[in-house]
Amino acid sequence: MFLLENVIHQYGGQTVLDMPSWKANQGEQWIMLGPSGSGKTTLLHILGGLLKPTSGNVTIAGQDLGSLAPAQVDRFRGQHIGIVFQRMHLLSTLTVRENLLLAQFVAGEPQNEERVDEVLEGLDIGTKKFAYPSQLSVGQAQRVSIARAVMNRPKVILADEPTSALDDQNCEKVLELLKLQATAYQATLVITTHDQRIKDAFGNQFNL
Amino acid sequence: MNLLKLSLSYIRRQKLTTFLNTFLLGLGIATIILLLLFSAQFGEKMERDAKGIDMVVGAKGSPLQLILSGIYHLDVPTGNIPLAEVEKLKANRMVKEVIPLSLGDSYNQFRIVGTTEAYPAHYEAKIASGKMFAATSEATIGSQVAKQTGLKLGDTFVGAHGLVQGGEGHHEHPYKVVGILAPTNSVMDRLILTSLSSVWDVHGLPHAVEADDHKGDEHKEAGSDHEHEKESASKPDSAAHVTEEVKPLPAPPPIVGPPAAMSGLLPSGAMPESGPEVTVALVKFASPIATVMLPRSINSQTKLQAATPAQQLANLLQLVGVGVSTVRVFGFILMFAALLGVFIALYNAIQERRYDLAMMRALGASREKVFLHVLIEGLIYATLGVLVGLLLGHGITEIIGRVLSSANQVELTGFRFVTGEFWVVVAALITGVVAALIPAFQAYRTDIAKTLAE
Repeated sequence: MFLLENVIHQYGGQTVLDMPSWKANQGEQWIMLGPSGSGKTTLLHILGGLLKPTSGNVTIAGQDLGSLAPAQVDRFRGQHIGIVFQRMHLLSTLTVRENLLLAQFVAGEPQNEERVDEVLEGLDIGTKKFAYPSQLSVGQAQRVSIARAVMNRPKVILADEPTSALDDQNCEKVLELLKLQATAYQATLVITTHDQRIKDAFGNQFNL
Repeated sequence: MNLLKLSLSYIRRQKLTTFLNTFLLGLGIATIILLLLFSAQFGEKMERDAKGIDMVVGAKGSPLQLILSGIYHLDVPTGNIPLAEVEKLKANRMVKEVIPLSLGDSYNQFRIVGTTEAYPAHYEAKIASGKMFAATSEATIGSQVAKQTGLKLGDTFVGAHGLVQGGEGHHEHPYKVVGILAPTNSVMDRLILTSLSSVWDVHGLPHAVEADDHKGDEHKEAGSDHEHEKESASKPDSAAHVTEEVKPLPAPPPIVGPPAAMSGLLPSGAMPESGPEVTVALVKFASPIATVMLPRSINSQTKLQAATPAQQLANLLQLVGVGVSTVRVFGFILMFAALLGVFIALYNAIQERRYDLAMMRALGASREKVFLHVLIEGLIYATLGVLVGLLLGHGITEIIGRVLSSANQVELTGFRFVTGEFWVVVAALITGVVAALIPAFQAYRTDIAKTLAE
């Protein structure tokens, strides 16, 4: 679950985000809609603990982020929040396997090869375990970035425009995968998009 | 997965940059290590050879030259001195032992030294085979001499004038190898020892008659040790005559006439006769007070010159030190340039990798962790540079050592470590970390949200 109350964010003296309160229960799947520049990404970063809002309360999985020290927020994020970025940002010097182990390592979790296999199998890319990101297709790379996001069994999965770079077929697949993964981990899922193709795929909508 | 593996993964990808940076750094470190090894081994060798010798007495001239020729057999002797003066020195209560040396000839660039048994005894040289020289024309050779010339027991050889091969030989007076010394790791290994009388014999007898005829200007082969040292014969060789006349003269009055050293400055014809001569005398003191008194009194009151090895050695090392310091500065400049290279490489790498760093942060890495991640990378560069530097430094030293060894010079080995190296390694590692500090701080300050939103 998460709860955003009276969140306002300013940047360079300008208010870039001023939103009504938003509450999502554990396991709910949401889509966040809004035109470009409406602050979708900013809101997602605040939800992910990547950005501290200028004012307002952010509670994620029962934890008030505002009460944590920066390093604690980092750790909390690593352990409880999985983020899928528009650009996958896989570390190009590491193999798929190492990218996934890195997610466990930097979050301070024990590294587990079986978990790597399990997640990769679940996303149907087990054969790419030892491939480097440059050897993957866009669709495969997207799956790896989803795999990385769910490595630590997050309570919240955030996806920023995950389908914008994909064709219709892949778009469909990625949505399915995200939903499937979120269901599997009982995670709350939020997808930001301006993609008209997917706005009807979710019951819960939040408009900015 | 850990920070080290992560840092290594980036270093592996940047093969060319890594290679250039480590090589440059290694070159700087190698230069410094080479110098450290060289000066340590050079200094030690110099001190080892001079150990126990408190004073060297010889003809007037440069004191450093006296030490170099008398102890290390590197330079040309300053001239000759009457044996009688040396004997007189022996009588001094402050003197414990006097070892006379008569120099001048060589065989295959190895010096032939006329001396007494006290000389090898001083260096604790043991006989490996055969026996110590005793009778005239018997020679005992050092281990290096045996190794490089191939001389064996019973072989005979002819000494040549001066120190280079091809000097005129004393064919009438071949030496016979009667003994080979065990290695002593000292100057002894490179010497051919014989009795004083052998040297006198070689130089004295055959030319005694000639000497009367023409006062010796052309008598290069008959010249004194002083003369023999100079391959070019360009210097006056008047000192020669004294030695020539040593044998035929029936016991001349002991300490008359100017010392042979002075004779080099006089027209040859003006040379008075004197008794048997030697080139230098190595003196050991019986009491420390002699160090203060004896050299001064000899230098001021006699025609001899006294030099203390400790003092001259300090002078020499100081002289050499100027060159060493210059090269060392060069080494540090190389090292600094290399670290600048590491800095630039890391600085650029961090710019290129800002998404990776932001992603690490997004995955839960704290600022401190990414800071450390970049520092480790700097440390890896420095470590690789140190390894290359150690390998190159010791390797080159060993190679130089082998080349010089065959060229009859100071022995040098790369298979030795000195404490100074430890500090070079520490300094290199610290500067590696320092070079990584600014890039690491950049990584520390990565704005995740902004970077990932780009």
